[in-house]
Amino acid sequence: MNEPGPVVSFRDVSFARGGSAILDRLNLEVMAGETLVLLGRSGSGKTTALKMVNGLIFPDSGAVNVDGKPTTEWDPILLRRRIGYVIQETGLFPHFTVARNVGLGPTLEKWPQARIEARTRELLQTVGLDPAEVSGRFPRELSGGQRQRVGVARALARGSSLLLFDEPFGALDPITRHELQQEFLRLRGVFGSTSLFVTHDVREAMKLGTKIALLRNGRVDVLATPSGFLTAKSDEARAFAQCLRDEER
Amino acid sequence: MRPGLAHGILVLTLDHFFLVAVSALAAIAIGIPVGIWSARHPQGRRWTLGFASVMQTVPSLALFGFLIPVPWIGGIGKRTAIVALILYALLPVLRNTVAGILGVDAAVRESAVAMGMTPGQILWQVELPLAARTIMAGIRVAVVITVGSATIAAAIGGGGLGEFIFRGIASVDTTQILAGAIPAALMALLADGGLGWIEKRLARS
Repeated sequence: MNEPGPVVSFRDVSFARGGSAILDRLNLEVMAGETLVLLGRSGSGKTTALKMVNGLIFPDSGAVNVDGKPTTEWDPILLRRRIGYVIQETGLFPHFTVARNVGLGPTLEKWPQARIEARTRELLQTVGLDPAEVSGRFPRELSGGQRQRVGVARALARGSSLLLFDEPFGALDPITRHELQQEFLRLRGVFGSTSLFVTHDVREAMKLGTKIALLRNGRVDVLATPSGFLTAKSDEARAFAQCLRDEER
Repeated sequence: MRPGLAHGILVLTLDHFFLVAVSALAAIAIGIPVGIWSARHPQGRRWTLGFASVMQTVPSLALFGFLIPVPWIGGIGKRTAIVALILYALLPVLRNTVAGILGVDAAVRESAVAMGMTPGQILWQVELPLAARTIMAGIRVAVVITVGSATIAAAIGGGGLGEFIFRGIASVDTTQILAGAIPAALMALLADGGLGWIEKRLARS
């Protein structure tokens, strides 16, 4: 039997803006069930790479394949509807209630109203929120941590098997961040989705990733498991590992 | 009160209201779609906002004057007055539509795209609702400006409460001046208050 191919693959992907290269012949694969963390300094190209997976950005050259098909050949609307996306500022619609935000994906897919409501309740519970308490509230009436939980629920609503996270916990206080990281690990166990997770926090990368891709100047500098990352022979990886050791002192 | 004055006030107030309603509705009908287009086209925006700015910078009486010799839309009468009032009211609607749409949080717009919403869904479900208050503020300014400018329409035979005012000035008749000025001022205040109330309601929702 054939091995299943990668869910996402980057093949010699280059991208430049304003004369400077952001991605430079990037090659990377994400297999089903993996949580691949894109780790790197600011400007290393990790967010650009992530946004290429759901067709928010397209490569100048090379190809990003999702389920074996280049993003340029996908209908961008259909591609995006297959993929869950969580960003730092959550991007929740301020004029929609929590329930309407979470139910947006299924609404776009024209699910029956009763099924949308049931799914919304189930997901709010899954991310640790009380549906009766938060459903009718607006995002501005929630704490940062609650908003982020709603953002995760919204990304999961359509049952996407591929999820993208762009520094989702970056703006949260350390305790809330820790709680949500634990939640992420638990949900991964429940849903078994494939995830790409962008962060510049090496501790977060070690905790959440099944694999870490360290990006430097738009290329993969190191691709390793979390334990392999600590012993990687790369100046950049050593610098990140040193940060981790310094923090633990 | 002089005989017939009350009836005259009623007729000219309705006439004035007609001028304002037609012109403001047309300015909204033109200004919002052009504003949406302009928000998406930075190059085009320079031209549309530039044109509307020039129209509003020209003194209103001069604008009426410029339009009189223009074929099809010019001449003496209501049509010319309405065209001038539309041009005059365009800028606040257009500018606020552009500002409202460009003011939508980039993270919100990006997540709408990433959710797989179509451009039409993003416009109707995200951008316009979030820009509604700003657009409404533009409409309020446009209507109040139109109520005021419409008093000058009488100078080119456009009718409205300006007829009383111009006649009163020509014959040094304070009663006639006030018969035009008071209803016009009340109409402007009512429009400002009513539309301001709607604007606040939109802000709360």
